[in-house]
Amino acid sequence: MEYIVLLFSEIYKILYVLIPVLVSVAMIVWLDRRIWAFVQKRRGPNVVGPFGLFQTLADALKYIFKEIIIPASSNKIIFILAPIVTMTLALIAWAVIPFSEDYVLADINVGILYIFAISSLGVYGIIMGGWASNSKYPFLGSIRSAAQMVSYEVSIGVIIINVLLCVGSLNLSDIVLAQEKIWFVIPLFPMFVIFFISSLAETNRPPFDLPEAEAELVAGYQTEYSGMMYAMFWLGEYANILLMCALGSILFLGGWLAPLDTPLFEMIPPPAWLILKILFLFVLFALIKAIVPRYRYDQLMRLGWKVFLPFSLIWVVLTSGYLLYFDLLPVY
Amino acid sequence: MLAHAIFFYFFSFVAIISAIMVTASKNTVHSVFFLILDFISISCLFIMIGAEFLGMIMLIVYVGAVAVLFLFVVMMLNVTQQKNQWFKSSETSTHIPVGLIVSLIIFFELIIVIGGWKYKPDIIKNFSDSLISNSTNTHTIGSVLYTEYIHLFQISGMILLVAMIGAIVLTFRKREGVKRQNYFSQISREKNQGVEVVEVKSNEGVKIDV
Repeated sequence: MEYIVLLFSEIYKILYVLIPVLVSVAMIVWLDRRIWAFVQKRRGPNVVGPFGLFQTLADALKYIFKEIIIPASSNKIIFILAPIVTMTLALIAWAVIPFSEDYVLADINVGILYIFAISSLGVYGIIMGGWASNSKYPFLGSIRSAAQMVSYEVSIGVIIINVLLCVGSLNLSDIVLAQEKIWFVIPLFPMFVIFFISSLAETNRPPFDLPEAEAELVAGYQTEYSGMMYAMFWLGEYANILLMCALGSILFLGGWLAPLDTPLFEMIPPPAWLILKILFLFVLFALIKAIVPRYRYDQLMRLGWKVFLPFSLIWVVLTSGYLLYFDLLPVY
Repeated sequence: MLAHAIFFYFFSFVAIISAIMVTASKNTVHSVFFLILDFISISCLFIMIGAEFLGMIMLIVYVGAVAVLFLFVVMMLNVTQQKNQWFKSSETSTHIPVGLIVSLIIFFELIIVIGGWKYKPDIIKNFSDSLISNSTNTHTIGSVLYTEYIHLFQISGMILLVAMIGAIVLTFRKREGVKRQNYFSQISREKNQGVEVVEVKSNEGVKIDV
């Protein structure tokens, strides 16, 4: 009996996080298309519902009623598993995101490592999809994408080390609370820029959307997918983008903290601040999609390994040297 | 406690089954996927005994990086055929002794570790008393790794660095006839270097250095 009560209360808490995330994924797809259209002086989706807000729901409905085609020569189990893995991994990472001081599903000690581990597992959805399709373009696309994600994870890891040096804890709530005096975006501004660009590459967003470069690879690893399975890949991708925006705002933009300690700002509840910051980062993501041309593959690899990695490594040395010299290292 | 036991047996069952399936499955890519499942369930076991830092590092390093490279190699080299041959032909016999020796060594190592833990508990007790008891295991590992074991830690880092350089040297080939871009020369190009205004007389043309 005790266990059943516990189980249901946990499920209730999970749904309390999961449903807002899923709804905001749907809204964010609409926002993305809308911003993209405004930059190109088009209207964008504006027919279904007010301002076209229900466009994503209509799209989802269309995907649900489409037939799922599984290629005859594919590896069926892995082919079906791939979108499920992508979607699940994109959603379980939200368990540790703190929306305010007490509104967090799992306040674990190694929260940042958990998110890092889950995002590095995200490669498997893509590799599995590409390999199981048993076709040239998906395979090439998935290999590309895996190499890209692994390379940019390295620089994201080093950037996270910079932040952790200033915080002294791996807990996400501690990371936010350490920014009460000053958001890390100010002292670590170059790291914020590199983190932002790396998270574009990590989530396969333009200008780094090489895995699905339609001119070369049809649609990359998604080529053979149809119907709801394609939609799951696509929802997982957007959930990942939202997650990277949330991570960026927690690591650098002070999470749920208000910019100033004034009564006016305190009237707005803390989760709303986090959501505003996520939205700000997402609008930047969408603008970049509209205005920057796609990178070539060797340029992408060069940027990751020869520019970002050495620069962020040097910054680790600088940060730790600065903290040590001025005796600012957090001691536990 | 019941839930704890259920989870423990679930994860260890999955770990053992997937470890068996790594060697038993005929498709090599499936083997790698089972290996990944094995890593994940082992890291869940780590988290269950309270070593969440080790569990996460296991996920990041082994699943996020090492197993991806395994998958790359397996997919690119197409070793599926070869593995099938090992199962069928007489070549099997040449590989079994090597595998047996390696597994025997690992078995004896495990016996030494577990035996020492079982029969000389005071060694481990002395060791664990010196650690700070009320801090998280991330802090504990950090405080031991960078003070008492700093030399071993640095040496293992150097070994990895040497291995990395060795792998790069082995595979590095400078190919002839490849047109490489120099970003600095491309960006620092001025107008007078790129464009030249030439007066062309009619019916004579002009010769430009290419």
